[in-house]
Amino acid sequence: MSEAVKKIVTPISIEYTITPGAAPTKFLRGIKEGRLLGQRCPKCSKVYLPPRGSCTVCAVPTVEEVEVSDQGTVTTFCVVNIPFYGQVQEIPYVCAAVVLDGADLPCFGVVQEIAVEEVRMGLRVQAVWVAPEERGYTLENIKYFKPSGQADAPFESYREHL
Amino acid sequence: MAEEQEPLEILSARHVVEYPYTRSVGAVIGRFLGGLKDKKIEGSLTPSGRVLVPPSEYDPESGASISDFVEVGEAGVVTTWCWVAEPLAKHPFDRPFAWALIRLDGADTALLHAVDAGDSSRMATGMRVKVRWRQQRSGAIGDIECFEAENLGSQDGEIV
Ligand SMILES: [Zn+2]
Repeated sequence: MSEAVKKIVTPISIEYTITPGAAPTKFLRGIKEGRLLGQRCPKCSKVYLPPRGSCTVCAVPTVEEVEVSDQGTVTTFCVVNIPFYGQVQEIPYVCAAVVLDGADLPCFGVVQEIAVEEVRMGLRVQAVWVAPEERGYTLENIKYFKPSGQADAPFESYREHL
Repeated sequence: MAEEQEPLEILSARHVVEYPYTRSVGAVIGRFLGGLKDKKIEGSLTPSGRVLVPPSEYDPESGASISDFVEVGEAGVVTTWCWVAEPLAKHPFDRPFAWALIRLDGADTALLHAVDAGDSSRMATGMRVKVRWRQQRSGAIGDIECFEAENLGSQDGEIV
């Protein structure tokens, strides 16, 4: 007689079609051309990237388009040491919050071309893009961030963004 | 935005959110699933003598733990059903089929499974169905590939 079963794998998935709104659409069109397009809030002047079409703090629409640099500062980060389903990077790797120059919200990316233990707050990084002909409407156009070689940013310059 | 005269191209993309999680089934369902691998369907026997298929760890009447098992037949009666005219990607068949509650011979409760009937006109409450076993069995409910009409004649069972 077969042994009692202890565990079963029960995959659950939802497949759906997503349609971005007007502001994310402009962002995605920009990123396909290798440009990072954010929006500035008319009230608090903060620049959202990616833009959502409104400032959630001031509750006003954001319309002014602002191009943001593909260089920025690591504000905080974590070293990923655990394997998980769907992982694309080899562990260990660093996932970091990067405030791009000109933006007020950090975006998330992987930091490479530097030893994991050398990644630090204030590290200056720049985006490494996939080849222009391979770019699509996706954040995956930025393969990862690498050190830009500039001096570390002083804490005061990014403390607002933590 | 004033310079934006032409309408924006509307983007859309397919996204998948997936959790491939593993769950422990417990001793009772574990034994039930293990039995399916051997083409054996077992129910749990409650203190009052009812047979529950699929089995339960507790008697729904008294809440008492159940540890007695009893084997039931691999044929039974459809107690209710629903025709799936347009199967979805994760359904057991890519052709129309029925989801049905099936009370196996010797059981007092019904098991949910698929009936491969071909056409809804061949489905009826009270019809007799039997298991079609999967060739490759792994100890999962899918070891029962589906149920099919026991007899394509008209010896339908009665709903008691
Ligand atoms: Zn604002």
